[in-house]
Amino acid sequence: MRGRSLIGLALLAAALAAAPFLAPNSYYLDIVIRMCINAVIVLSLNLLVGYAGQISLGHAGFVGLGAYASSVLPAHFGWHPLLALAAGAAGTGLLALLVARPILRLKGHYLAMATLGLGVIINIVIRNEAGWTGGPDGMPVQSMELFGYELVRDIQWYWVVAVLLLLSVWGALNLIDSPFGRALRGLHGSEIASQVVGVDVPRYKTTVFVLSAVAASVMGSILAHYVGFVTPEIANFFHSIELVTMVVVGGMASVFGSVLGAVLLTALPQALATFEGWEIVVFGAILMLCMIFLPRGLVPTLAARLRIGD
Amino acid sequence: MALLEVDRLSIQFGNVRAVQDVSFSVDEGIVYSVIGPNGAGKTTLFNLITGIYRPTAGAVRLDGQEIQGCTPYELARRGMARTFQNLQVWMNMSALENVMVGAHLHLDGSLFKALLRTPGLRRREHALREEAAALMAFVGLESYVRSRADSMPYGALKRLEIARALAMKPRLLFLDEPAAGLNPTETREADALVRRIAETGVTVVLVEHDMKMVMNLSDRILVLDYGKRLAEGSGPEVRGNPDVIAAYLGGHA
Repeated sequence: MRGRSLIGLALLAAALAAAPFLAPNSYYLDIVIRMCINAVIVLSLNLLVGYAGQISLGHAGFVGLGAYASSVLPAHFGWHPLLALAAGAAGTGLLALLVARPILRLKGHYLAMATLGLGVIINIVIRNEAGWTGGPDGMPVQSMELFGYELVRDIQWYWVVAVLLLLSVWGALNLIDSPFGRALRGLHGSEIASQVVGVDVPRYKTTVFVLSAVAASVMGSILAHYVGFVTPEIANFFHSIELVTMVVVGGMASVFGSVLGAVLLTALPQALATFEGWEIVVFGAILMLCMIFLPRGLVPTLAARLRIGD
Repeated sequence: MALLEVDRLSIQFGNVRAVQDVSFSVDEGIVYSVIGPNGAGKTTLFNLITGIYRPTAGAVRLDGQEIQGCTPYELARRGMARTFQNLQVWMNMSALENVMVGAHLHLDGSLFKALLRTPGLRRREHALREEAAALMAFVGLESYVRSRADSMPYGALKRLEIARALAMKPRLLFLDEPAAGLNPTETREADALVRRIAETGVTVVLVEHDMKMVMNLSDRILVLDYGKRLAEGSGPEVRGNPDVIAAYLGGHA
């Protein structure tokens, strides 16, 4: 198991090192950067949904909180972008901590509805506080400054998000193969068994919820700075659904599945652009076929096929 | 003082009194069995003692301290372990990982050490794998050490739950029908396994239907019928009790 993960990590590192040289122009580099950002968010969501078995339909809300912290705090208060990013992450973490206990007592559909509600509230607050956020029109975001250098060129951003993705994958692989990670997976398999062997169930649910919210917030900040403009769509329900879809298509409880899901579903709408207006239909059809033929997601299904093969 | 004391324990679901005023005590180091016809309240009694249900009345004492109303999580910290009649195995993990989670209370569940996979954590994980494999061998599952839990047969899963419970290093182990659904050979093996566990000094409380196994293993036996205590004593005492014979032969005259 451990050996296979290391091979995956090495392949990912090689692909990330090669990607900017293979991308023919800045349009492709832009897609790759978005893939990397989405992959980190999806990975953090998969820890919550796939490993710990706690559904969240409001994750884009946390991405939005990070993005708007990085837009509003430097613009209105003159904060340094890094400080704004950290404040966004801390604020999002605190909010997640406050709502975690009451929300995570719920299960299945009830938890889905509660997280959906949380996401909707965040989105509406962003829309309504137009004085701060620009409302539905959105607002420009100042550029990120790292050690006195302004991050403006795409290739600079690429290396930042590529390193972040590699670190996240490494951390996630470590996590799932640790006492903490096994306790998380236990919650998914049988909560009653977890309690009986002495796992503090609420503590583990809360910790993974906060971890995944903070990661989403940080990546939201980075996305906002990279794009240079932010609108409330970043925090809306459809973005949350998109993130969950990436988890499910790539594979629940699969680290590399998260990356693959993010890569494919970020690229797919671009690849389908030639269908002119029908791309959403084709997108939906591909998702349905995925769920019918690969219900466990791409990576776990393929891994199971390979295991039977050898 | 007895290790476990159950004092006039009762629970009511609506109008159904599933367990009524049941009292008994279990001394350290013995095998104690709870028997009775189907629906007598044996599993309910287990669920009351192990914190799955909250009793309507009565007390449970472990080492003289009242524990009724404690969560399963708190009881695990006090050295109580259990298995389930309907299996509660983590099918999303390997067999070995199931046993490894059993040792959860003896491990460092720190998030940051896990993310960074510190050298200390790595060493502990390595030792833990060997301990878990040794426990699997102890319950007779050495050939399943590399298996996924969802690929194991029913009898093996029952043993896996026992190995997981033993990984907690419990003082008191509750086994809910360890022989249910097993064939005669497997039942004999389960019998031998319970005996081996008792020999390591763990106090065992058993719910079981297989009379031969119960009579073989038990130091003391509690007989329940319709949620009430019908008889209590050593094997021969219980076997000779006219009420018990009546209940088992269905002669409630």
